[in-house]
Amino acid sequence: MENIEMICIGCPMGCNLTVTVAEDIKVSGNTCPNGEKYARNEVTNPVRVVTSSIEVIDGELNRVSCKSKEAINKHKIFEVMEVIKKTAVKAPVKIGDVLIENVAGTGVGIVSTKNVNKI
Amino acid sequence: MKKYDVLIIGGGPAGLASALSLKEKGIDSILILERDERLGGILNQCIHNGFGLHTFKEELTGPEYAQRYIDKVIESEIEYKLNSMVIDINKDKQVTYVSKDEGLNIIEAKAIILAMGCRERPRGALNIPGFRPAGIYSAGTAQKLINIDGYLPGKEVVILGSGDIGLIMARRMTLEGAHVNCVAELMPYSGGLKRNIVQCLNDFDIPLLLSHTVIDIKGKDRLEGVVIGEVDEKRQVIKGTEKEYKCDTLLLSVGLLPENELSKKASVKLSNITSGPIVKDNLETSIPGIFACGNVLHVHDLVDYVSSEAKLAGEYAAEYLLHNRESSSLIEIKTEGGIRYTVPQMLDINNMSDRIVVRFRVANVYKNKRIVLKVNDKEISSLKKKVLAPGEMEQIFINKKDLVDADKIVLSLRDGE
Amino acid sequence: MMYDVIIIGGGVTGCAILNELSKYQLKTLLLEKEEDVCSGTSKANSAIIHAGFDAKNGTLKAKLNVRGAELIKQLSEDLHFSYLNNGSMVLCFDEEQIDGLKELYERGVNNGVKDLEIIDGDRARELEPHLSKDVVAALYAPTAAIVCPFDMTIAFAENAILNGSEIKLNTEVKTIERVDDYYLINNEYQSKCIVNAAGLYGDKIHNLLFNDDLKLTPRKGDYCLFDKEIGNLVSHTLFQLPTALGKGVLVTPTVHGNLLVGPSATDIEDKEFTATTKEDLNMIIQKGKLSVDNIPMNKVITSFSGLRSRPQNKDFIIRSLDNNYYEAIGIESPGLSSAPAIAEMISEMIVNDLKPSRNDNYANKREDFKRLADMDINERAKLIRENPLYGNIICRCEEISEGEIVDVINRPLRATSLDAIKRRVRAGMGRCQGGFCMPKVMEILARELNVDILEINKNNSKSKLLERRLYEKV
Repeated sequence: MENIEMICIGCPMGCNLTVTVAEDIKVSGNTCPNGEKYARNEVTNPVRVVTSSIEVIDGELNRVSCKSKEAINKHKIFEVMEVIKKTAVKAPVKIGDVLIENVAGTGVGIVSTKNVNKI
Repeated sequence: MKKYDVLIIGGGPAGLASALSLKEKGIDSILILERDERLGGILNQCIHNGFGLHTFKEELTGPEYAQRYIDKVIESEIEYKLNSMVIDINKDKQVTYVSKDEGLNIIEAKAIILAMGCRERPRGALNIPGFRPAGIYSAGTAQKLINIDGYLPGKEVVILGSGDIGLIMARRMTLEGAHVNCVAELMPYSGGLKRNIVQCLNDFDIPLLLSHTVIDIKGKDRLEGVVIGEVDEKRQVIKGTEKEYKCDTLLLSVGLLPENELSKKASVKLSNITSGPIVKDNLETSIPGIFACGNVLHVHDLVDYVSSEAKLAGEYAAEYLLHNRESSSLIEIKTEGGIRYTVPQMLDINNMSDRIVVRFRVANVYKNKRIVLKVNDKEISSLKKKVLAPGEMEQIFINKKDLVDADKIVLSLRDGE
Repeated sequence: MMYDVIIIGGGVTGCAILNELSKYQLKTLLLEKEEDVCSGTSKANSAIIHAGFDAKNGTLKAKLNVRGAELIKQLSEDLHFSYLNNGSMVLCFDEEQIDGLKELYERGVNNGVKDLEIIDGDRARELEPHLSKDVVAALYAPTAAIVCPFDMTIAFAENAILNGSEIKLNTEVKTIERVDDYYLINNEYQSKCIVNAAGLYGDKIHNLLFNDDLKLTPRKGDYCLFDKEIGNLVSHTLFQLPTALGKGVLVTPTVHGNLLVGPSATDIEDKEFTATTKEDLNMIIQKGKLSVDNIPMNKVITSFSGLRSRPQNKDFIIRSLDNNYYEAIGIESPGLSSAPAIAEMISEMIVNDLKPSRNDNYANKREDFKRLADMDINERAKLIRENPLYGNIICRCEEISEGEIVDVINRPLRATSLDAIKRRVRAGMGRCQGGFCMPKVMEILARELNVDILEINKNNSKSKLLERRLYEKV
C-alpha cells in the first residue's frame, strides 16, 4: 500500500489530495468528483491539456492559438509540441476548427482557440 | 462633440462584460474604446487554459473566453472602436482619444466605465542592482513575443517571481525549447495558484526557490547570468547563499499594478493600497458617473471575477443613468487584523442594493481563521477559512438589512473556532 | 578619401566639436564605436548645466563651465533641445559649515558666475517647500539649468550632418598610423587632423600615438530615476555641501519631469562596468533623504550607472600636440555644461592651424523631433490628419506615437536600436519601462530599416533581443 500526496489541478482551489494505491485506488481530500478523477489519472495515466500556437498563412495574425481537444498523456507533451511546431494552417481559422488530427498518435485533435480572418 | 450615454475605456474582459450588462439594462448608447487592434485585452495572449470555470462551467483558454464576450458584443450591436487610445478624461466626462483612422476626437458621456486593466511592475520597481543588458523581460512581454508574435526571446531562462504569469511562462518557454533554470520567489510562499505550480513547474522539474531573490545582474550587452540569494524573514539576503545562474533571459513576474493614469487625469481618488480608484458599493469612483471595474480597480486573480464585477459595474452605471441616486453620507469599511483592503471601500447605506459583494485580499498566509464582519462593534457574520493567502482574492456578502443605523463597519480576521 | 578632421568619439564633446567645425569648409568625419551617439559618459550623468562655482579658479573646468553654460541656453533654442533654467542650491545642514558655502560663493564670483546668493534655511524652504527642515542655509545659483543630454548630443550631431559633416557609427578605432603628412585610422580612414574625444577611452587613443602612458580612471556613479508622478517634489537642483563624511548626492527634477537622485562616486578599473551596486544605490537613497523629506522609494522606475573619465591632474585635458593631433579628454563633471565651450576651444586651435574658410551655408538647420506630448490639442489633431501614424500610440506611458518613432528612424542621424529610439522619443522610458511597447517598437524598426526583426538590438550588435522564431517558416 502506498500513499501519494498531490495537489489537484482541476480548478483554482487546488485541493490537497491523498491517493492510496493498493488493490484499488482510494482518493481523499477532494471536494468534487473532478478531484477523484484527476487523482486516479495521476497514478495511472497522468494527462494534461496542451496549449500552444500554430503558424497561420495569409491570416490577419501570424499565429493562431490552439489546444488539445482533450487532455493527453503527460509524457507525450513534447512529441505533440514537435508536431505543432512543424504545422502551418491557412486562414481563415475559427475557434474549434481541428488544425491537427490525432496528434502524435494520441487520438486527440489539436483545435484552434482563436478566430483568425484571412487578409 | 459626439455624445454617448456610457463610454467604456478598455475592451478587455472588464469592458466587454460591463458593456453587455448595460445593454441588458436597456442602455443603447454605448461606446467601447480599445487601444489595441482587437477586442479581448490581455486574454488574447493568455493562450493557456484555466479560464471560465465559474462563468461557463468549463475550462477555456484566454482567447476563447474573450471571444464568447466579443461575439455577444457584436451580436448586441454595441459600438466599439479599435486602435483608439484615450489620452485624457476630464471631470465633465469629456474623453479625448486618438486613432490612426479618426485622428483626435473628443466625446462626451453621461457616465464612464474605467476598464483599462493593469500593467506589470518593471525591474526598476525592485531596484535590482547590476547591469542593464538585453534579455530582461517582464513575463507578460515575453508572453506577447512568444504567443502573439512567434519569437523566442532566449534559451537559458531564470524567472523572478512566482505569480501566475511567471509560472505559465516557465511552462511555455520550456515547451518551445528553452531551458528554465528556476523560479525564484522573494516570499516564503508562491503568489501563484497551486495548480500552476503543479502543472507548470513540477511537471517539468523546474525548481521553485521560495525566499530567494535576484541580487545581481551580469552581462553588459546581453544578459549572461544572475546571482540569486536566499533571504531571511526580513527579506535580507543571507550571506553565503549567493549562487550564480548562467542565463540569457530573466523574466520578471513581480506583480501587477492597476493602470490609473487616466483616472488621475479625471481627478478620481485612488487608494494607496490597491492603486485603483476608491469606490462605493455601486463601484462608482469619487467622481459621480465614473465607475471602475476589473484590474484597473484592483488586481484580480481570476478573470471570472473580473467579468462578474464588470457586469455589476454595468448594472450600476445603468441605474445611475436611469434614476439618479440621492446623495447621502458614506461609511468606510475599515479593515483590521490582516485584511489589506476591501473593494468597495465605501458604502452608501441608504441607497445600496440589498446585498453586495465585498472583495478583499489578506496581507499574509493565514491558517484556520475566521473572516469577521462587525457593525457598530457587533459581530454580524463570520466565515471560516482553512487557508488564506495574499495571492488569492476573497469575498464576503454584506446585507443592507444588517447595516441599519450603522456608523462603524469593520472587516477583520480572527482565530478559527 | 582624405578628411581634414576625424573626430574620435560621439559623446557630447565630440558631437559639439563636430557641429562647431561644420561652420568651416572642412571635410569632417566623426567615428563612434557604438550604434548611436551619446552612448558612453554622456548618456548616464546628472544632466545638469552647472552654474560654475564648483571648479577652482583658473582651471579649464572653471573657465569652460561658465562659458559653456552661457552658450547652452542659446543653443537649446537654436538647435531645439530640452533645457530648463531651474536654478540650483547647495544645501548646508550645519551652522558650523556655512564657511564652506561662503568659500563656494567666493569661488563662483571669481569664476564669473552671476547672481549667486547665500540664503537661510527658511528662504530655501520657501523656494523649495519639501526641503528638509535640517537645512540651515544654501548657496542659491539661479543660473543653473537642466538639459536632456541625449537631446543635446543628438542635436549637435544632426545639425552637423545637415551642415555637411559625416558620422560613422559602429566603428571602433583600433589602429592609428602616421603616414607621410596624414593619419591612417583602421587602415581605412585618412585624415589631416585627429581630434581625440574618446571619453573613457581617451587614454587608449592617446597612447596609440604617444608614449607617455596617459591614464584616465573610470569613476562610477549610480542613480535612481523616479516616476513622473513625483517629479514635482522639487523644482531646483539640490546639491549637498561636501562634508568630512564625503561628497553629497543631488536631488533634481529632469527636463522630462522625472526625479533623479545620485550619483555615487566609486573609482574602478573596468571601463565597461556600468552595473549598479546595492551599496551605492542604498547610499544615494540614504543621502538623498537628507535633502528632501519623504522621497517615496516605491516610485523608483529604474536605476542606472554612468562612468566619468577622471584625469590624473583633475582638470580637463584640452590641447593640441604634434602633427595636428588635438584632444579633449578627461572630461568629467562639468563636462556636459562645458561641451560647447570645449568645442569652441578645439575649433579655434584647428582653425588656427588649418586656416579654413568659413562655411557660408552653415545654419541652425536642425528641427526638433515632433513631440505630441508637448503639443496642444489642435496642433496634435492637425498633425494626425497630415500623417495618421501620429494617431497610433505605441508607448502608452509616455504617449509616444508611431509617427514620432518613424520620424527618428528616418532623420539625418538614424535611430537603429531600441535604446536609440528610447533616447530620442522616450518610448519605453516611462513607468512600465517598455513592457508594452517594446515588441511594437522592434517591429517598426525592422520595417523601417528593412531588416529581419531578429537583427534588432537593444543597443550594440551584441545586445540581441530575440533568440529565434519559434520555428522557421514551414
